[in-house]
Amino acid sequence: MRLSGQNLKCVRGGREVFSGLDFAAVSGEALAITGPNGAGKTSLLRVIAGLLVPAEGLVALDGGDAELSLPEQAHYLGHRDALKPALSVLENLSFWHEFLGGEPKDTAGCLAAVALDHATHLPAAYLSAGQRRRLSIARLLSVRRPVWLLDEPTSALDAAGQALFVGLMREHLAGGGIVIAATHLPLGLDARELRMGGAA
Amino acid sequence: MTALGALIRRDIRIALRVGGGALIGVLFFLTVTVLMPFAVGPDLALLSRLGPAILWLGALLASLLTLDRLFTADHEDGSLDLIVMSRTPLELACAAKALAHWLAAGLPLIVATPALGLLLNLDGTATLAVALTLLAGTPALTFTGMIGAALAVTLHRGGLLLAVLVLPLSIPVLIFGVAASQAAISGPVSFGTPFSILCALSLVSLVIGPFAAAASLRHGLD
Repeated sequence: MRLSGQNLKCVRGGREVFSGLDFAAVSGEALAITGPNGAGKTSLLRVIAGLLVPAEGLVALDGGDAELSLPEQAHYLGHRDALKPALSVLENLSFWHEFLGGEPKDTAGCLAAVALDHATHLPAAYLSAGQRRRLSIARLLSVRRPVWLLDEPTSALDAAGQALFVGLMREHLAGGGIVIAATHLPLGLDARELRMGGAA
Repeated sequence: MTALGALIRRDIRIALRVGGGALIGVLFFLTVTVLMPFAVGPDLALLSRLGPAILWLGALLASLLTLDRLFTADHEDGSLDLIVMSRTPLELACAAKALAHWLAAGLPLIVATPALGLLLNLDGTATLAVALTLLAGTPALTFTGMIGAALAVTLHRGGLLLAVLVLPLSIPVLIFGVAASQAAISGPVSFGTPFSILCALSLVSLVIGPFAAAASLRHGLD
């Protein structure tokens, strides 16, 4: 499986964020997107996720499921957690598990994997920022998708949480997955770096 | 199918919990209807003549009040991104969200109608007619309102813009809803004619609404 982008150009609000950008990642490979604030890291992830339309160029996934588009085979972990404060931890996760079409799987087990199994019935409104992040990460585990698009995945996580997440990413890569992460901090695993230029 | 079921269940659950919009709509409907007799005065004949129109206006404004949050909440917390990316067609997801909204916020209005009919001196037939027209007409309000809600998300303006966009679209529903109720109460037109048109309006909006809302969401995401 190979995920690649060619000659990508992104324009937002009339301002060119980046142009002429190429990248590629194959199965089992992690790509760390680095660069200063405003360099377009999030925009690039959203272009890959199909949430932004690039002004030029295209993104392609070769060797994936031919029936499905790239966004349908990708997980997007953005700044916003996609959690409903009124629902409990387990209800939030079960919803995404069912909606994203995960195979029958032990959602409680996914919560245990991110060390949230003690809080399954707590409304998400009472979670701390780090716990919310852990719950979002549990979503990545509950439904299998080959491509993970992560935007500052370790922000708000404590040291134990970061170590735990590195382990989960390793497992995903070992299973032939692709990780593309925008980050300021070292990811903690062997990742190729895609350095984006300064703000124009 | 399980995906759509999950979406409907989640939206209804959120609407019924603390801070959800379901009860707000009914309370607003109640307030508008209770205030009317004070404004119009104690003329019972006049009240029962205006009754269907008052109930319809109340229901229209109540459904508008809660429609505002249909997509903005999902947009703000990032859920909308995941819904757009998912394997479920966005049109069906929009339809599921509108259906959930109608079940949680529209249906309670219809259930409350008989009680409010009493306050407006409507007899049994009249109340039944209004409830029946609301049952046939409120889906049209929700599904056309959904288009406005989707536009409001992409333009980053909530509330008032929604009202300005949606109210003109709901005029036909209001006209035929009240006309059908009046026809059942006093004639001379048969109840069937305006009622059929009302049903047709609902069916048309059921088809057009999800496509227009999905197109608007897809175009405006950033």
